[in-house]
Amino acid sequence: MIDLDAESVYALFAQRVRELVAGRALVLVGVHTGGVWLAERLRKDLNVAAEVGVLDVSFYRDDFAAGGLNPDVRPSRIPFEVAGCHVVLVDDVLNTGRTVRAAMNELFDYGRPARIDLAVLIDRGGRELPIAPSVVGRTIEVPDEVSVVLTREASGRLHLKLEQKGRA
Amino acid sequence: MPDPVLNPQLNADGELHHLLSLDGLPRGIVERVLSTADSFIGVGSREVKSVPLLRGRSVFNLFFENSTRTRTTFEIAAKRLSADVFNLNIASSSAAKGESLLDTINNLTAMQADLFVVRHSQGGAPHLIAGHVAPHVHVINAGDGRHAHPTQGLLDLYTIRHYKPDFGALSVAIVGDILHSRVARSDIHALRALGVPDVRAVGPLTLLPDGLDELGVRVFTSLQEGIRDCDVVIMLRLQNERMSGALLPSAAEYFRRYGLTPEALRAAKPDCIVMHPGPMNRGIEIDSRVADGAHSVILPQVTFGIAVRMAVLSIAASSARFR
Repeated sequence: MIDLDAESVYALFAQRVRELVAGRALVLVGVHTGGVWLAERLRKDLNVAAEVGVLDVSFYRDDFAAGGLNPDVRPSRIPFEVAGCHVVLVDDVLNTGRTVRAAMNELFDYGRPARIDLAVLIDRGGRELPIAPSVVGRTIEVPDEVSVVLTREASGRLHLKLEQKGRA
Repeated sequence: MPDPVLNPQLNADGELHHLLSLDGLPRGIVERVLSTADSFIGVGSREVKSVPLLRGRSVFNLFFENSTRTRTTFEIAAKRLSADVFNLNIASSSAAKGESLLDTINNLTAMQADLFVVRHSQGGAPHLIAGHVAPHVHVINAGDGRHAHPTQGLLDLYTIRHYKPDFGALSVAIVGDILHSRVARSDIHALRALGVPDVRAVGPLTLLPDGLDELGVRVFTSLQEGIRDCDVVIMLRLQNERMSGALLPSAAEYFRRYGLTPEALRAAKPDCIVMHPGPMNRGIEIDSRVADGAHSVILPQVTFGIAVRMAVLSIAASSARFR
């Protein structure tokens, strides 16, 4: 069993994002839901002025024909001009890269960013697209049938769990 | 498992496959349309106003009866989903040359249609088409005769929910030509399905159909009494083109008794909203001071209508995986 202490992974992750941006102006965009939690936390820790942008990539997924529309789609909200910004796109777990592809396509429909960096808490490998993160909190190897799940307590404390896929 | 004869709108898994009427539509599907529409609202104000959901799908707008506004909003909705949209003004083409309805549908299906948006002067025409099309094709009713106009009912619900989210405590009055109005019928089904406790129909007796009380609707012939303490007033258009026989003395007389003026509106709650499905007849069913006034949400209705139709098209197209 891999021991995943989410808080210590996050501390390393935040430190690496801080080194990446090195004091330059940036905006944070989180991918629903875990990515949004992380982006909000980073906003505080890095003193980012702009509110966090939120993306739900359901309208941009590449499996609509096979799986239909996500019944729990939530509104995306980008409360700043994307054009010309340095965007740090934040997600909890990076796997195939398809969600990141969808998120970048959606982001471009708001405007043309100057630069996008991808920051993920966990990279579990298994890429199916040529997508590479700029910042990774921790790289792990888990079997295909296992999900890596980020949860958040009411206090804001983060937890990482490994779950068998297909279980409710 | 839903009965495909009783409810041809749903597939074997109980998901929305066609949208024909709000009568009998499960509450969960209505709520899904409304919550999905929330996510489409923001799309219209972005730099790129479309999402790629229905890329490569063909949506045919089949208008056997003219309706520029409904056709345009469906066209905008389909284009914002990146579908290929084809507008066929059947009233002035094939049907005029004698082609039967189902032959028209067969021809268009052979052109690889994925969704049909149907407006027809005969109630039941969209049902007939839905029963006939290939299993992967979806039919959306854009208004059939006096029967139903389900997307208008859904956008009215969406509008009410936006301004008055607590459905359990609402009073809603629908005022005017209830008899000829498919909008009224769809609104009543939708409001009752979502648990609105007080739904009223207001109009002259000659324009009120029988059986409203069986739908749980209270009937009023006085505008003042009908809209008293209401949260929502839905004005209907006086449908001259549907009027057969002398149901009304005159338009001026109608305005005097049922026209919504600022004075008349004082009977409703001070924070009430006024809706109208359009097109409005100013000075017949509604006073310009109300139509353009602080209570009016008539233009937001139009904006919400596009998001609601995007939700309906994308949810119906989602069920294609069960073909």
